[in-house]
Formats: sequence, C-alpha cells, structure tokens
Amino acid sequence: MSLGVVAAPARVAGGLFAFMLDVLVATFRFPFQIREFLQQAWFIVTVTIIPTIFVAIPFGAVIALQVGGLIRQFGAQSFTGSAAVLAVVREAGPIATALLIAGAAGSAIAADFGARRIREELDAMMVLGIDPIHRLVVPRVWACVLVAVALNGLVTIVGVAGGYFFNVVLQDGTPGAYIASFSALAQVPDLIQAMVKSMIFGFLAAVVAAYKGMNAKGGPKGVGDAVNESVVITFTLLFVVNFVVSAVYMQLVPPKGM
Amino acid sequence: MGAEVQVSHLTKKFGKQLIWGDVSLTLPAGEISVMLGPSGTGKSVFLKTLIGLIKPDEGSVIIEGVDIASCSERQLYEVRKLFGVLFQDGAMFGSMTLYDNVAFPLREHTKKSESQIRQIVMEKMELTGLIGAEDKLPGEISGGMRKRAGLARALVLDPQILLIDEPDSGLDPVRTAYINQLFIDLNAAIDATFLIVTHDINTARTVPDNIGLLYHKHLAMFGPREMLLSSTEPVVAQFLNAQRVGPIGMSEEKDADQLAAEAGFSMPPLPPITRQLEPSNGMQRRAQRPAGQWCRENGVVPPPGSFEDAVTAPGAST
Repeated sequence: MSLGVVAAPARVAGGLFAFMLDVLVATFRFPFQIREFLQQAWFIVTVTIIPTIFVAIPFGAVIALQVGGLIRQFGAQSFTGSAAVLAVVREAGPIATALLIAGAAGSAIAADFGARRIREELDAMMVLGIDPIHRLVVPRVWACVLVAVALNGLVTIVGVAGGYFFNVVLQDGTPGAYIASFSALAQVPDLIQAMVKSMIFGFLAAVVAAYKGMNAKGGPKGVGDAVNESVVITFTLLFVVNFVVSAVYMQLVPPKGM
Repeated sequence: MGAEVQVSHLTKKFGKQLIWGDVSLTLPAGEISVMLGPSGTGKSVFLKTLIGLIKPDEGSVIIEGVDIASCSERQLYEVRKLFGVLFQDGAMFGSMTLYDNVAFPLREHTKKSESQIRQIVMEKMELTGLIGAEDKLPGEISGGMRKRAGLARALVLDPQILLIDEPDSGLDPVRTAYINQLFIDLNAAIDATFLIVTHDINTARTVPDNIGLLYHKHLAMFGPREMLLSSTEPVVAQFLNAQRVGPIGMSEEKDADQLAAEAGFSMPPLPPITRQLEPSNGMQRRAQRPAGQWCRENGVVPPPGSFEDAVTAPGAST
C-alpha cells in the first residue's frame, strides 16, 4: 500500500519520460514523415488560430487596463508601454500559447490516439511493422512545436496591438510614450526566450497528449479519461516549466538599463 | 510458403493473476490451426503474445530463429513483416478509405509505383469480395465488411503467418461459412500458416488441421483435428460438443458441489466427425490429409458415422 502510493505516480512519470526519449530517438530515424507533419501542422493551426486571437486581444487589454490604472497613480503614464513588454512578450505570449496548444491541439491529439488505441488501430499498425511513434507521434510533436512558435508570434503581436489600442484610445495615453517606453525595456532576448518557451510548451503538450492517448484503457470512457488527464497534466507541467525557464532567463540575461 | 511457430513454456500474468501458464505447442508450417477456449481464457492475449504486442513473463516464441519474447524492438518490427493479423473488429484506420487502408502497408514498406499498388490492392479486394467499396470509410460499412477489409489488408504483404482473432464474432452463420471457406481457399492459394482464435465450434470442427484448447489457465490439448474430435477427455469433449455436462461451468470452473452432483453421469457419446472443408476450386491444400488418416494411423476408432457426409454432423455449414 505505502509503496503503491509512491510507485504509481513514479511509474507514470517514468513512462512519460521514456516515451519522450523514444520520440526524440524516432525523430532522427529516416524517413521523416513530411506529409503527416504538414497535415498535422495545418490541422493544429485550424483548431487554434481563432481562439488564440480571441484570447490575445483581451489579454493585452486587461494588462493595459490594470497596469495603466496603477501606473497612473504613480504618475508614470509614460511607462505603460513597458508593461506590455514585460507582461505580453515575456509571459502572456508563451502562456496563452501553452493553454491553447494544450487545450485545443493536445486534447485533439489525445482523443485521436485514444480512439486508435481502443479500436486496436495502433496494434494493427505495429503488427504491420510500422512504429506508431515514428509514423504518427513524431510528426504531431514537431507540428505542435512549429505551430506553438508561430502562435506565440501571433499572441505577441495581437497582444501588444491590443494593449496599444486600449492604452492610447481608451486611456488617453500618448502613442509616442507607449512606443518609447516599449523600446526602452524590450530587447531581442525577450522574444527569443518567448520562442524557446513556446517550443518547449508545444513539445511537452504534444508528448503528454500522445502518451496519455496511446495508453488509454477500457473502452470509450478510457478515451475521455485520457483526454482529461492529458490536459490537466499538461497545464500543470507547463506552468511549472514556465516558472523555471523564466527564473533561468532572469539570471542569464540582464535587464536593459534605462 | 508458411513459417513454423514454436511456442515453449509460455506464461503470462497480469499482476499476480495468471492468465495461462506453461503453454507449449508448435504451429506446423502451412497448416491451419484453431485455438479454442471458453470466454475469458486469454485467447486474444495468446494471439497478441505471438506477435509481440504483449510480452510474456516466461517462455519463448520462436519464428524463423528469432525469439519474439526476448528480441530487440528492431528485430520485432522485422519479424512482424512475416505476419498478417486480422483483429476482432478489423482495426481499420478510421481516417482512411478502404482502398487506402489496404494500400497502407504497401506504401509504407515497398517502393512500388501507384499502378502496381493498385493492381495488388484490387486483387486482394476482389479476393475478399470488396469490389465497389473502395472509397467507403470504415465507419460507413458493416462489421462483416470491416472484417473482410481487415483480411484484405492482412494479406497484402503476402504474409507467411496469418493470425485471425475471432473471425465469426458478430457475423451471421452464412457469412461465417463464407469466411471459413475463404480461409481454406486462401490457405490453398498462399500456403501460409494460419492460427484462428475462436469459440465457434462449427469453425473448429470443420476448418482446421490442428486444434488447441485453452482451459483453466493452461493448454488442455493441442493436436491434429481428428485427435481432438475423437478425444473422450472430458474438457475437450464438452467444449467441442457444446455440452453442459463436464468440468467447464458458467464461471471459469464448476465448483466441487456441481462436479460431485454430475459425477454419476457419464459423458454423452461423441457425435460423428465431420469432413474437413475443402478448397472450393478443387485445388489440394498442401497440408490436407485424407479423412480418417490420423484415426487409422493411431488405432483410434472414430465415432460411428464419421467422415460419411458433412451434413450428418450437428451444425455443419456446408
């Protein structure tokens, strides 16, 4: 009993890690499934792009509203633009991307693999001498990585534009101050770390979803459970990883002086 | 040409629960074997162990010198190319049409041109009677058709070993008779080693060259068809004749009281042995043996009326 409490989660974590290594190894096996990769990338784009825009606009706006109000009390309106850098580019971009990749793409991948597992399609594929990790998982994982990076760019642009709109049009900020303070704090590494983060998030979300889906058991209910678990695990994992990457970034890259 | 499958001392447990233990048998090359057993005796698990989808706890499965139970993942994928497997529900890829499903192994494993692929795929689809359904999705067709499509896909790489999981589940008796005849004709045509997992007695009585019976976590008997059909071993006789009298109960095993109550009764006499199905085009299967040969060679007197006419047996299909 006491052993089971420790062993069960450890086994899941170990299985997930082993699966991740399998995916990495299979990535370099010839031939890379270009067709499946492109199809999946397109599929992920179609399920995530609209929600991304709708999440990104209010994200930028809320930050502009909240920080704008606070900053005005300090009398530092000219720095509202900088809030957009810190909040949207560094954190909100990757996090919003993570939520959408996990919620929209991850759940779709987990449901797809879960259904294939219980219908014995994955067994059939293995029996036909085809490794499903190489044929199905690897293209999905890298499609997710690609789309996550692209979505991060989209969230950043839409978020900053939304912040600009709310700040300048609704809060009577000046365009010049917004842009000046933005470029006073922003630096290229901010964007790079956001892209690296979103790559990691896309990778993890796809790996967790594929792992959970491929290990679904017990009929249709098992598929539902697998999707549910994959979204919950991914969210938890991504927020922890986000914290770690942010902390490392703060240590590595000095903030730009003003 | 078929390949021989040597299974020795195979044991599988899920956790602490033993599924079956110490199963040893040899599926002779090019012959049709049937694995029987009451529901829940791990027949499907046995089939999945033979292709390495499930790792056994002990024992070995040797095919062309490779032990499936202990070989590397890479070797396993190589050996699996010898296999064709028909899963219970066909296991078709839901996102592809039947044509693409059947063409899938060819596209993945061979460098054949699309026109060559088309030729092979249409040949297999004709063999399984699927002409006209090429563009259908697996979700749009009946269970029997999915099964035949699964069979077409299993055949497309010219397998040497064909594993078939419950071909008769969910099929009506007429379709079952057709699919059984198809197995015989296929065996005559491609000479592959067949293993059919089923609990349909009619299939077991008329199709195979060899019969195995899994019961109570072990292999009760495995041998030539006539040996099992003429056997008076209670478990074998009970199962092959679908009787209630005998050691197999509603749950896995009858309890002591029930067995004691039945102790006074003797097993009913065996029904006549039916003739085996023959290829429909008059071809001779390589593994085919004259009716009654095993009984004569081993000095066993078959039940009266055996081999006279297929129609005399209960539930005979042809």
